[in-house]
Amino acid sequence: MSFLQNKIEKFDQYLSDHPKVKFFLPQALLVVFLFIIIGYLSFNASSNLAARGIDTGFSFLNKKASFDIQFSMIEFDSSMTYGRAYLVGLLNTILVSVIGIIFATIIGFFFGILRLSTNPLASGLATCYIETLRNISLLLQIFFWYFAVLRLLPSAENSLVLFNFVYANIKGIYIPRFVWTNLSFFIYGIIFTIFFIIIFNKYASILREKTGKHLPKFLISIGLLIIIPSFVVLTFGVSLEFSHPKLEVNMGISNYIGGVSIIPELIALAFALSLYTSTFIAENVRAGILGIDKGQKEAAASIGLTKTQILKLIVIPQALRIIIPPTTNQYLNLTKNSSLAAAIAYPDIVLVFAGTALMQTGRAIEIVTITMLTYLTLSILISIFMNWYNKKVALTEK
Amino acid sequence: MKFLIIIKRGKMKNIIKAICSFSILALVLTACGDSSKKASTLDATKKQGFVKCGVSQGVPGFSNADASGNWTGIDVDVCRAVAAAVLGDASKVKYTGLSAKERFTALQAGEIDILSRNTTWTLERDASIGLTFVGVNFYDGQGFMVRKTSGLKSVNEFKNGVKVCTNLGTTTELNMADFFKSKSVKYEPVVFEKADEVVQAYDAGRCDTYTTDKSALAAQSTKMKDPTEHVVLPETISKEPLGPVVRQGDSKWEDVVRWSLNVFIEAEEYGVNSGNIDSMKDSKNPAIQRIVGAEGTKNGEALGLDNQWSYRIIKQVGNYGESYKRNLADTNIMPERGPNQLWTKGGILYVPPVR
Amino acid sequence: MRSLNFIKTRFFSSPIDAFLTLSISYLIYLTIPPFINWVLIDATFYGETKKDCIDGGACWVFIKIWFTKLLYGLYPSEEIWRINFAFAILIISIVIYKYLNQKLKKYLFLFLVIPFPIFSLVLFSGGVFGLSPVDTREWGGLFLTLVISIFAIIFCFPIGILLAMGRRSNLPVIKYFSIGFIEFWRGVPLITVLFMAGVMFPLLLPSGTNLDKLVRVIIAITLFEAAYMAEVVRGGLQAVGRGQYDASKAIGMGYWKSHIFIILPQALKLVIPGIANTFIALFKDTPLVFVVGLLEILGMVNLAKTNPYWLGMATEGYVFVAFVYWIFCFAMSRYSLSIEKKLKITN
Repeated sequence: MSFLQNKIEKFDQYLSDHPKVKFFLPQALLVVFLFIIIGYLSFNASSNLAARGIDTGFSFLNKKASFDIQFSMIEFDSSMTYGRAYLVGLLNTILVSVIGIIFATIIGFFFGILRLSTNPLASGLATCYIETLRNISLLLQIFFWYFAVLRLLPSAENSLVLFNFVYANIKGIYIPRFVWTNLSFFIYGIIFTIFFIIIFNKYASILREKTGKHLPKFLISIGLLIIIPSFVVLTFGVSLEFSHPKLEVNMGISNYIGGVSIIPELIALAFALSLYTSTFIAENVRAGILGIDKGQKEAAASIGLTKTQILKLIVIPQALRIIIPPTTNQYLNLTKNSSLAAAIAYPDIVLVFAGTALMQTGRAIEIVTITMLTYLTLSILISIFMNWYNKKVALTEK
Repeated sequence: MKFLIIIKRGKMKNIIKAICSFSILALVLTACGDSSKKASTLDATKKQGFVKCGVSQGVPGFSNADASGNWTGIDVDVCRAVAAAVLGDASKVKYTGLSAKERFTALQAGEIDILSRNTTWTLERDASIGLTFVGVNFYDGQGFMVRKTSGLKSVNEFKNGVKVCTNLGTTTELNMADFFKSKSVKYEPVVFEKADEVVQAYDAGRCDTYTTDKSALAAQSTKMKDPTEHVVLPETISKEPLGPVVRQGDSKWEDVVRWSLNVFIEAEEYGVNSGNIDSMKDSKNPAIQRIVGAEGTKNGEALGLDNQWSYRIIKQVGNYGESYKRNLADTNIMPERGPNQLWTKGGILYVPPVR
Repeated sequence: MRSLNFIKTRFFSSPIDAFLTLSISYLIYLTIPPFINWVLIDATFYGETKKDCIDGGACWVFIKIWFTKLLYGLYPSEEIWRINFAFAILIISIVIYKYLNQKLKKYLFLFLVIPFPIFSLVLFSGGVFGLSPVDTREWGGLFLTLVISIFAIIFCFPIGILLAMGRRSNLPVIKYFSIGFIEFWRGVPLITVLFMAGVMFPLLLPSGTNLDKLVRVIIAITLFEAAYMAEVVRGGLQAVGRGQYDASKAIGMGYWKSHIFIILPQALKLVIPGIANTFIALFKDTPLVFVVGLLEILGMVNLAKTNPYWLGMATEGYVFVAFVYWIFCFAMSRYSLSIEKKLKITN
């Protein structure tokens, strides 16, 4: 061991005797190394592609895709381009990520708080939930929900019917679609209401600071939220109807037509992603709440704040500050993990673009690069947004 | 800041020079290294002593491995024929099971030298992804499988909302898009990467119909709970000529594979099989003489092989008819040869003459 | 009376508490008995085929029949002793590690990290010393899971440390390279990295050279996890007090000496939970190798459940694999906790 120590010492001595070497040598080595690696790989790629007559370039994005996609949020059929197919995949990725993030947050907060409960049954359940699901591979959970659970649903003829309007069968879950008349009036009404409530809340805060008068902000806001839209609905003839999914039987094949269909692949993926990620969020929430000094709560109580006020003004803002940064990471992970869609048939960007499109065009390098850059961009966007939000809630020391 | 100061001292120049010259040297070296070792696949195969063959991950009758890792199937026999021709031993093949996604990259990158994995010959594949199809060893077409309980008798009876299971990234996916578009039926494709998942999804009822090449429908139905509950609809919606593929730009290897396949089929035409080939050696028919590699025939030379190459193929692997019987007929996967009968017997199997 | 009071304060202290207690009890009543019935009471343990199984309970016969395949994949059965042998050495070393003195511990550790992996790789792949060669395509099951994760863990650790030091370096090229490298790998999903290794990377090598798929996959996972490791180690480096750096400088230690002997040991100790979490994440990520067609334990279950004789066994297979994953991950996290506690005491 001392021999090694000597060598390192000598090396350090040499470096400190030659500051230029210390500064340039490692950097130069790295540059040369990168240069060689990148040069070597790109040289091989270009010579391989040329030698084998493989077409390259991004022009394929404008070509007709000639395949269909099971589920898309924008219109798509086989006469549209690969570029459009990419967009469909991207939107599906975003859809499942958003659904996953919302549910993971709700479930995560629920179990995080439950784990701190004084009730041993409740905290035991939360611990059990967290320790089980976080220690099992996510892919396995997706497979489990998809192949083991959702495959148990009955066939379309014998669908499970919930509340008389939700139909669940092995081909998916079908719910009524909203059919609006004069929807735009309603949307304007909602926007106006929200705007109005914000102004009112600002006014109420100013009033409180100036005169010390408390307005029941919450109640009034809720009231506004009910009154104005219902006024709009009554005066402008806004109406909502439901288009129920109908069972259509074509000889021995029955399918639900109409309504909104939620494919089982989406359900399994969203389910697994939110449950898995919620365990990590729950741990963050627990750490956040435990991270607040007990003295703070006691001090707040001693100056006469009520329990809800303590929670709202003291605990939550401070806990959020601890919870948000690691939770951002979980949101990022969830988005990246949504790529496991490729394992079941959910048409996300990996399945549609790095799957079908890659195989139809054979352009492995271009497509894998675009896919990676897409995820990189999504990650960066989420980081930027969460950094901005984090700054907003961060302690502003005066 | 420190950085700038040192540049001003003028030492930076030398370092940049050193880096540049070193990297150029490295690039030149790698370039030379690459071009110098471009050996033909035929020589490489002879040297390494086995044929690198890409097959499917398990399609009974075409390429399927049993529990102890022995591959059988009509696609496998193409590789065995090449091994018999080039190396003298049909068993000297190293099989690589590939998914549909990996297959072309594996061939392009040299992980395999022959891709014999029920691959459809299309213009796009032949022209733009650096591959060459050497021939057709199975004429196929896309069909639909439905449950008998559905009562469907024809593909024209599909209605809006039908759920269709198929493999990801195959010509099947494209054909079915064309087909349903032409019928203006709104359908939902459910695509999986692995063939086994497709079969299971259909079998479980996730889809109303399962579409792929008809041969594969027959082969895959053996993996279902009850194969007798399903029926393949009579219509064929596409042409699927399946055949072995090699890398573009190595015509020697391409010729060896092409003519191994051709002689394999032609032997059946002249009634030469593994059982009678030794007695056929005395045949007066010049075409048969060429197949058995009799005295004076020199077609092996042109391919860079010896003159017994075709004899070994038939002796060790058999002819096409034997292979079909062994893999598809006796196993009851595709008992009828249909278009894959010889042209002389009402099929469309017709190969250029081996001479 | 006291116990009644205890129940009252712990389970029914408020209306919400009471509601929780009741609803959770109901939930447990709804789920646990049927689960135990399925797993144990109604389950079938003996038999050879699917027909031996009774409906309504788990069919553990499936796991029993496929057990060797789930553990070793398609590795030739007469060669399985090689795997057992290597893992026996590993387990024995880990067991005796506890009872050795400091110096021997160091040597054993070095043995486990450098010669042992090389030795076991040679043993597994064969082709020398009269061992018949076994293609990596035939590797599979839990064995493959462990090979991938152990090798990736061994390689990603030093790379991660170097990247973390690089990111804190004041040499601009090194610093920005490290940042770029780390952020790139952290920004993309592993599945696309594996695509790159499986589908794209062969096009970047000279024609004719053929890097084994398993090697490509291990490299990909290593680089990916090294980026995560780097961030964990960086956290540790940042947490080591400024004073430590100054003090080591003051006694005349150079960059490398101070880092190797003073800073890193402290930094790594601080982030043991983080390191353990990265290892656990890596272990849980191994099933993703299905995208390049490698069949680790989950892949083997998927293969087995599509076998025509064993259709409908998905649940049993997944429950079994979940159990295996859970054991490994839970053990790792508990082990890291115990080390953490021990270090807290000694400090």
